[in-house]
Amino acid sequence: MRVGLFVTCLVDLMRPSIGFAALQLLEDAGCEVIVPTTQTCCGQPGYNSGDRAAAQVLARKVLGEFKECDYVVIPSGSCSGMIKTHYPELLSDVPQARAEVEWLIARTWELTDFLANVLKLERVPGTFSGTVTYHDACSGLREMGVKSQPRALLDKVPGLQLKEMSTPEQCCGFGGTFSVKYGDISARICDQKCDDVVATGADALVLGDLGCMLNIEGRLRRRGDMRTRVLHVAEVLAGSKPDGG
Amino acid sequence: MELRSRNFKAGVTRSLANPHLRNALSNLRARMVSGRVASVAELDNFEQIRETAKQVRDDALRHLDFLLEEFERNAVARGARVHWAETPQDMNRIVLEIAQAAKVRKAIKSKSMLGEESGLNKYLQDAGVEVRETDLGEYIIEQSGDVPSHIIAPAIHRTKDEVSDLFQQRHGGPRKTDIAELTREAREKLRPHFLTADMGITGANFLIAETGTTMIVTNEGNGRMSTTMPRVHVAVAGIEKVLPTLEDVSFILRLLTRSATAQSISNYLSFTTGPKQPGDSDGPEEFHVVIVDSGRTRVLGSELRDALRCIRCGACMNHCPVYQNIGGHPYGWVYPGPIGSVLTPAYAGLENAPDLPNAATLCNQCGVVCPVKIPLPDLMRKLRERQFERKLRPWGERTGLRLWAWAAARPAVYAALTRIGVRLGRMLGGRDRLIRSLPGAGGGWTAERDLPAPSGKTFRELYAARKRD
Ligand code: SF4
Repeated sequence: MRVGLFVTCLVDLMRPSIGFAALQLLEDAGCEVIVPTTQTCCGQPGYNSGDRAAAQVLARKVLGEFKECDYVVIPSGSCSGMIKTHYPELLSDVPQARAEVEWLIARTWELTDFLANVLKLERVPGTFSGTVTYHDACSGLREMGVKSQPRALLDKVPGLQLKEMSTPEQCCGFGGTFSVKYGDISARICDQKCDDVVATGADALVLGDLGCMLNIEGRLRRRGDMRTRVLHVAEVLAGSKPDGG
Repeated sequence: MELRSRNFKAGVTRSLANPHLRNALSNLRARMVSGRVASVAELDNFEQIRETAKQVRDDALRHLDFLLEEFERNAVARGARVHWAETPQDMNRIVLEIAQAAKVRKAIKSKSMLGEESGLNKYLQDAGVEVRETDLGEYIIEQSGDVPSHIIAPAIHRTKDEVSDLFQQRHGGPRKTDIAELTREAREKLRPHFLTADMGITGANFLIAETGTTMIVTNEGNGRMSTTMPRVHVAVAGIEKVLPTLEDVSFILRLLTRSATAQSISNYLSFTTGPKQPGDSDGPEEFHVVIVDSGRTRVLGSELRDALRCIRCGACMNHCPVYQNIGGHPYGWVYPGPIGSVLTPAYAGLENAPDLPNAATLCNQCGVVCPVKIPLPDLMRKLRERQFERKLRPWGERTGLRLWAWAAARPAVYAALTRIGVRLGRMLGGRDRLIRSLPGAGGGWTAERDLPAPSGKTFRELYAARKRD
């Protein structure tokens, strides 16, 4: 099967290792992975900031980039949620795009959902020694229904022990441009997440969205916590070394 | 209520620096959130009930004109007098006229959000009618010269200690610390007013068209006293509150009290149909219903229409990570939290509430708890689009977004720019790969957070290099 990999703009710019981990997981499972080199951004920043026209331009660009694929897989609940739940509304006033949108949303998957429910992965290459706790990022959870999939996959990682925090579904306070426009509120919300993570005593926080990762890791470090590692679920499953980690 | 939504950011700074508020709100989070989960779990088909409730509300909104006429017909047949007010000012004037015609000197009031919208208390007081709030939360607010911060629990931002201090100062006497004792003390202060008031003013959770009944949901019994003890009762209600049948109301109630206070049913449900009839043991001599538009019709015809389904349960604010940390005051008007971020711009003007639709992470926790399925994040996003179109967002923000989109739509330009960007970021990160301070808008991030630095090359570059090998 031909699987298009959309790494997302944040992974591309900030932490390519996540993209390579996703690539490895898909290739190991026997997928033919196609990585369009023109890929940039799904348009979410514009969409959530009211710049509908800009978001439409980027959405139509994405529509054109994965035409030869059977599936489009994204290591982010937020960007896959953007395509699956918001492209139909975003492009509702572009009737000629309707068929393409339907085609794309039927093929779009969040990475762990795809690994667990389409590829039905039995084994994963990664190993880990220690405990981790998992944060359910909002869009993955509430738009894509990602909850049990990453946990089931992490359960297959030898040596890894999952210890749930008390409110894994609570928002971390990222919210895209919200984190910059209302940095004070965002950091305060994030403090509750940090407290929750630290209380588990886990060696690493694992999650599936880079935006939330940057937010929580940034706040943990500012609070002086240099110990708790913050890892993308793809990195853990693939057993790859994070950039700079 | 005076509109202060423009001062959102200053309000946030104040809230975040207030340790009392922090304590008060952490209680809210602990109690309301877990309480609701347990309460909703009692219904084995909650999601189905939500969907039906949404449809019941939508149907009512679709037939609003018809239902309101039906309500009026049935209410009048039972001896009520129905008044129509287009604006909040009209509503205030009508209530005052009723008071003056009946020679009312003192009114007792149970909670009404419309009354807050229109500033009814102050209006009546300025015209010489004494008004007393009887809801415990509203009483605390009144006594401290404060404004409500929550639609169900107006004094939720006050800790018990603060209330103890306030009562000691206002009532004299020994300082009480037990909640039951504090409540009793407030009751004792209020009792004489119940006995001497000429008029009771209430809101209405619902208007029931088939019977011409107004109904309120309360936990303290003060509402019932306001509807039965004084010789005149005035209920004020927005046009969107009407439901066709008693059956519909009892259905919606299953969700309302569970979502609001995690109760399967509230302590009191008061139904008022007409004034005291011959043979009734209590009830007012005059019963008036003031039905108010106050912007509702405009919203009904707009893209924000779904917001009119709201049954004022407060669940969206209880579950909002932003509200949980800043409380209700920064929102600057009657309705805080997610529903306020939609209703305030809708009723008071988008230009008067520039922050509200933006001060949300769009986590959609509100959307999944709302008992009538109002897509609150989608409505906030709609408002953001209108702000962008009307150039109500700062120039820098608009330009930044446009530039980002312009570059992202041109892969070659984007590749060249991001190559430089990520290398610069890598350098800024230094040895421990953390960016501690960013200029301009980025300072919003780094004021209280580090930014993990980019790794120095883009995925696309590395992938292309790997392909070449
Ligand atoms: S918007 Fe929904 S959750 Fe919020 S107060 Fe209204 S009914 Fe309740």
